[in-house]
Amino acid sequence: MARLSPAELRQQMERDLPGALVEAAPLRVSQPPAHGPQPGPLVTDDILVAPARIVEAALYLRDTHGYAYLSDIAVVDYLIEGLFELVYRFYHPEGGGAVVLKTRVPRDEPRVPSLTPHWPGANFHEREALDLYGIIFDGHPYPRRIYMWDEFEGWPMRKDFPKQGDKYIGEEE
Amino acid sequence: MLKTEELQINIGPQHPSTHGVFRMLVTVDGETIVDLKPVFGYLHRNHEQLAEQNTYLQNMPYTDRLDYFNSMANNHAYAMAVEKLAGIEVPERAEYIRVLMVELTRILNHAGALGFMINDMGMWQTQLAFGMREREKILDLFESASGARLMCNYFRFGGVARDLPDNFIPRLKELLTALPAFVDELERLLRENEILMQRAEGIGILPKELALSYSVTGPVLRGSGIPYDVRKAEPYSVYDRFDFDVPVGSVGDVYDRFLVRIEEMRQSCRILEQVIEQLPDAKGGHINPKARQSIRPPVGDAYARIESPKGELGFYLVSDGSQKPYRYKVRSPSFINLTPLGDMCRGYKVADVVVILGSIDIVMGEVDR
Repeated sequence: MARLSPAELRQQMERDLPGALVEAAPLRVSQPPAHGPQPGPLVTDDILVAPARIVEAALYLRDTHGYAYLSDIAVVDYLIEGLFELVYRFYHPEGGGAVVLKTRVPRDEPRVPSLTPHWPGANFHEREALDLYGIIFDGHPYPRRIYMWDEFEGWPMRKDFPKQGDKYIGEEE
Repeated sequence: MLKTEELQINIGPQHPSTHGVFRMLVTVDGETIVDLKPVFGYLHRNHEQLAEQNTYLQNMPYTDRLDYFNSMANNHAYAMAVEKLAGIEVPERAEYIRVLMVELTRILNHAGALGFMINDMGMWQTQLAFGMREREKILDLFESASGARLMCNYFRFGGVARDLPDNFIPRLKELLTALPAFVDELERLLRENEILMQRAEGIGILPKELALSYSVTGPVLRGSGIPYDVRKAEPYSVYDRFDFDVPVGSVGDVYDRFLVRIEEMRQSCRILEQVIEQLPDAKGGHINPKARQSIRPPVGDAYARIESPKGELGFYLVSDGSQKPYRYKVRSPSFINLTPLGDMCRGYKVADVVVILGSIDIVMGEVDR
């Protein structure tokens, strides 16, 4: 079966999942320097999905187009823009390039429906995102920290997490 | 039927079979596993956060420490991701040297992994010594090329750190003539041993559909009968020029995963022979002379993946235009391959857990990051 090009796939998703796809606004990654060359914004040509529809979009990719291998879920903290971006990466088991779905959630309320009940391979990816970034996955069957211990406070990979000091070690002393 | 009570026990964090610090929270009914939950993080050092504080090149030796068995493969994936991000070209000869190193890594990883797996089955030390003996020979080659045996730090953006020494190819040829006998020997150890067969056949079955939905990769996925190999599925480097097969299992048990690894060692030898053949005609030097090492990639994101010996190893990088990566994410195969461990162990005996874990082949440095 011939694989669809990214543009064709986007068209089909717009047709089959009306309202799920969002226009991807360019993101400012970091504060521009006072002088010197100015870095531009981050522009993506991957498919941006509304957070509430991400499970639907992922299952649509799997069941309709056969992208049955979920490779990775990465989280990026865009502090200046005040949002987290989740990057889901799907592959076809017969080979070929990735289809990337991205979704953006506000930093003050990072909530995404969990993919794990439908797709068990998302389990550890989501627990890692919960542990390091504090993303809340609604409906996850076992939402516990995966690397840090359960009593740990804070989300270590967030950009505003203090990188020095021992705030979290022996706080009473 | 005797009424029994379920009991929760901990295997690990300190247990010889876990090859690191790894805990399994096991619920048993007598000797039978009812539930198993992996618990890790004992070796967590927030690798990704540390990498965000380093420049791109400073991270190169740091990737060695992820999966310390396969430092060359980690280097390759990271170098590919940065090259994609910054748009650096790699000369042909460098690509061949890279493939050569990664395929040697695959052989040494599988030799070690199978040695450890049979070790866990209770056949102490003998075959592990065989595996380590071959590994030493490959490590000697690594040392002659990169100066280090384990933490090679050999790859650079746009190529490799230095060209192969003069006697490298003759020594490699010598190694390749001896390797098939070693692989056969290792295979015979399991195939002709009744006790080991009983502990491997039909144990830890991971069916095809489950393997795919659990996102496992590498020999675990192929052992379950899905011929997915990144080298074939999305060829990178110069892998599309080589003739090799992707071995698959049929049942998805420990035995199949063992056979897949054995066959992969043979296929790696095949690739190495083709590399030796094609290397003299390859254009360019060992590194792209225009490639800078202290780079500031343009703003953007990139993901590159390779077929590491343990599965799909990928790096996701986001650049903000500065010298340091804004985001550095490792998609580590050992970590994700542990997802189905509970399902693979359910219904088997406590003693089988150790063997099943050995057959997944994990390295805690990569699991915990």
